[in-house]
Amino acid sequence: MENDIIVFKLQNGLQVLLKEIHTTPIISQWIWYRVGSRNEKAGIQGISHWVEHLQFKGTDKYPIDILDQTISRVGGVWNAMTHLDWTTYFETLPAAEIDLALDLEADRMQNSLFDETEINAERTVVISELEGNENEPLFHLNSAIQKEAFHVHPYDHDVIGTLQDLQGITRDQLYSYYRAHYQPSNAILCIAGDFQTSELKSKIEDIFSPIPNTVHHEESIPQEPSATQESRINLQGPGDALYVQIAYHAPRANDPDFFKLAVIDSLLAGPSPLVMFGGGSISNRTSRLYQALVEKDVAVSISGGIQSTIDPFLYSFVLTLEPGSDPAVALRIFDEEIERIQHEAVSDAEIERATQQAEAMFAYGSENITNQAFWMGYSSIFADYSWYENYVASLRSVCSRDILAFSQTQFAQKNRIVGIYTPTQED
Amino acid sequence: MQNTNTLNHPNFPGAHNIGRFQLPNGITVLAYSNMYSKSLTITGMLSSGGAWDPPDKTGTAHFTASMLLRGNANNNFQEIHEKLESVGASLTFSAGTKNTWFNGRSLVKDFPMLLALIFDSLTAPTFPEAYINRLRNQFLTGLIIRDQDTQEKASLEYDRALFGHHPYGIPVDGYPETIKNIQLEDLIRHHKTYSPQDALIAIAGALPLEQIEELVTSQFEAWDTVSPTSEPVFPEIHAPTQSIRIHVPIEGKSQSEIQLGTLGPARTSPDYYPAYLGNHVLGQFGLYGRIGKSVRNKEGLAYYAYSSLNALPETGSWEFNAGVNPQNVEKTIVLIVDEIKNYLERPVTKEELSDSQTHLIGRLPMSLESNAGIASALLSIERFDLGLDYFQSYADRILKITPEEILSVSNAYLDPEKLVIISAGANADHDH
Repeated sequence: MENDIIVFKLQNGLQVLLKEIHTTPIISQWIWYRVGSRNEKAGIQGISHWVEHLQFKGTDKYPIDILDQTISRVGGVWNAMTHLDWTTYFETLPAAEIDLALDLEADRMQNSLFDETEINAERTVVISELEGNENEPLFHLNSAIQKEAFHVHPYDHDVIGTLQDLQGITRDQLYSYYRAHYQPSNAILCIAGDFQTSELKSKIEDIFSPIPNTVHHEESIPQEPSATQESRINLQGPGDALYVQIAYHAPRANDPDFFKLAVIDSLLAGPSPLVMFGGGSISNRTSRLYQALVEKDVAVSISGGIQSTIDPFLYSFVLTLEPGSDPAVALRIFDEEIERIQHEAVSDAEIERATQQAEAMFAYGSENITNQAFWMGYSSIFADYSWYENYVASLRSVCSRDILAFSQTQFAQKNRIVGIYTPTQED
Repeated sequence: MQNTNTLNHPNFPGAHNIGRFQLPNGITVLAYSNMYSKSLTITGMLSSGGAWDPPDKTGTAHFTASMLLRGNANNNFQEIHEKLESVGASLTFSAGTKNTWFNGRSLVKDFPMLLALIFDSLTAPTFPEAYINRLRNQFLTGLIIRDQDTQEKASLEYDRALFGHHPYGIPVDGYPETIKNIQLEDLIRHHKTYSPQDALIAIAGALPLEQIEELVTSQFEAWDTVSPTSEPVFPEIHAPTQSIRIHVPIEGKSQSEIQLGTLGPARTSPDYYPAYLGNHVLGQFGLYGRIGKSVRNKEGLAYYAYSSLNALPETGSWEFNAGVNPQNVEKTIVLIVDEIKNYLERPVTKEELSDSQTHLIGRLPMSLESNAGIASALLSIERFDLGLDYFQSYADRILKITPEEILSVSNAYLDPEKLVIISAGANADHDH
C-alpha cells in the first residue's frame, strides 16, 4: 500500500486521494475547493480570499477562540491559500491527531458562522494585506499587466482584490459565495502520511458522507479571445530601480503545449520552481536570457515563471535593470533571444537537461510529506494526479521540431504585454 | 500531554545514528543517512564574516562569498554553473556577521561533483576582475531596492540602534559608499581568513554513513590547516537605558513596518528556553499569540503582528514586528507595548504554557522531514553544543519550563520603558 495513491469519490461528490508514507509519524491533510479569483465577477473582486480568512473565524462546534488554537495545541501547523483557480486549507500534524483535522474540515465546509463583527475586523486585515502588496513595485506592474491581458476572462485581477470591492463587499455576499462554492462536489480531500488506508478511508466516509451536496457547479467562465496586437504599459512609482515585465499568453496546464513551454522556460530563464514546500529553486546562470542580459551587463537579474492553471494564463519574464538604464536596449536583446527560440532548433541535450532539472526538483520535493499531499490536490485542480506522475516523461517526450513550431505562435509579438516600471521623476 | 513519544521515533537523528568525525585539519563533520530520499544536502560554516570588514569597506565578506562561484582554479563561471544547473543541483555561499556559510544539494549521483565544487570554491577562488565589477553593479542596484523596502529599512535601523558599533549593528551587505571601495586585493585579503580550523559541515541524504565519511575525507583533507585569523575585538553590547523612537521616512508606501524590541538571550544561555516558550505565548502561538490576538484579531490593524527571538551565539534580540497603515503606527506601538507590560506583570497561564509546549514538541518532526531540515539541525547541534541526543531530550527541556521561570527570565530582558522602537514608511498625515 505504501506510496500507492488511492483515489475514490463519496456519494456526495467529494473526491478523495490518499497516500501512505511511513517515514515519520505525521500526516498532512489538504482540502481543495475549486474556487478562486477565476470565479469572481466585477464588484466582488477579492471575495474568494476573504472567505478563506473567514474560514478561521469559527463555527458553533469550534468557536473562534477554540478554532484558532485547536490544531496548534496538538502540535500541528495549519494554513490556507487562495489562488486564481483554487482555495486550499491544510493541516500537518502528529499522526495520532488526524481525527481532529478531519472533523474540523468537515465542520467548516458547511457550518462557518460569518459573524458580522468578525467580518468587519477581517475587512481591515485583508486591506492591510493588500497595502503590504502595494509596497512592491512589481505588484503594481503585474496587476497592470493582468488587467491589460484579460478583457473577458476573470484572470484580469489580483487574487487579493481591489480596495473598492474590499470596502464594499457585504456579509450576505460573503456568506452566499461560501455556500455556493464550499460543497463536497466542489472539493478534493488529499491526505498523505503515517496512516493505514482502510482505517482512514472508513473514517472519511463516516465524517464526510453525511454532508449534503446542495449546489451543483455548472459555472461557465468566459474564455479570452486571442490577442490581436501587442500591448505596452508604462508605470511610474517611487524608488530608483527599473523593471521590465514581458508576459505572453500561455497554454493551460492540461494542454500538451504546456510541456513544450516548460522546456523553453528552462532554456530561456531557468526552470520555474515546481513545488511549494522544500522543492526550492535551481539557479539560472546558464540560461539564455541570463547569458544575454546579465552576463552582458544589460540587466542585474532576470527570471521567468510559468503557472499551472485551468484556463490559459500568462508566462512572464521580469528583468531588473540598473537605475538610468534604457529599457529599449534590454528589450531588443530579449527579442533576439526570442527570435532564436523561434528559428533555431533546440538540441536534444537541452531537452534532456530540462528533464533532469525537473527530476531533481521532484526528488527534493518528495522528501516532505506536506508537499506530497499538496501535489495530489494541486494537480487534480487543473488535470489529475497522473499529470504530476507523468510530468518528467511528458517533458522528455517533447521534441525539437515541436518546440520550433510551437514557438512561432507562442512568442508572436501580438501575444504579449510589455510593462515598464520607471522611477517617478522629481520636479 | 500527548504525542511527546513521537520524538522517540527510530528515524529521528540521535546519538545512535548521527555520524560525527573530525578531519586532521580541524573540520568537524556531522552526517545522517536518509535512505528514504534520492538526494543529499550539505551545509557548512567557517569562522569568518562581516565582523572582519574594515569600516570603510563594509560588505567585503559578503562580496568575497558571492565571488566564490564566479571562478576557481579548476572551473570558470560557465563551467561551475553548467555542472550544477544541468543536473538540477544547487550551491550558494553567503556571509553572516561572524560566519561564512555554504549550502548545496544534488541527486546522489552528482554529490561527488558538488563536494569538489565546494572545495575548489573555498580553497582556490580566482576572483575574475570582470565579475568584481558586474557583481558590484548588481549589489548597488540591490541596495537601491533595499532603501525602498520598509521591512529591510526598519530592520537595519533597529540593529543599528540596538547594537551600535558592534558588527551586529552593521549590515553584512554594506552600503553603496563602502561597496564602491572594495577592490580585488580586499577580496584576496578577506579570503585569507577562511580556514578549515573550526569549520563545520553537516550532511544528510541517501548514502550510507561510511560512504559520506569517505567522500568528505578524500575531498576536504587536502585543505591545509592555516591558523584562523583571530576574531577582532568588538565593543560591548548594552541594552538601551531608555526607549529610543526613530521613524525612517519612505514616501509612497501604503504600509509601514514597525520593529521594536531589545536584547534577548544568547542561544547557549540557560535563559534561552524560558524566553523561547514565553515568546511563543506572547507572539507566536496560533495566529501570532497574544500580540496577534490584540493587533490582528481584535483591532484588525495588521495582516501580520508577531514577536520573535533572534538568538545569536553570544547575545540575542527579542523583536516585535507588524505591518500597518501609516495612520495606525502609533496606535499599534501602544498596543504592542501594552501587551508586553501585561506579559511582564503576571505569569503565563498553565493552559497557555501547556498549549505552547505541546505545539513545539509536536511540530518538531516536521522540521526533520527533508534532508535540508536535518542538515540544518545537525549544524545547530554542533554549533551550539546541543548534544547528539538533542531531539530525544527536546521534550524534557521544553516540559520542565515553568510559568514562574518564564516571568523571571522575561523581566530580565524586556522592559517596556527601555525599547528600541522603529517605524519605516510614509509619514502619517498629521506629520505633514
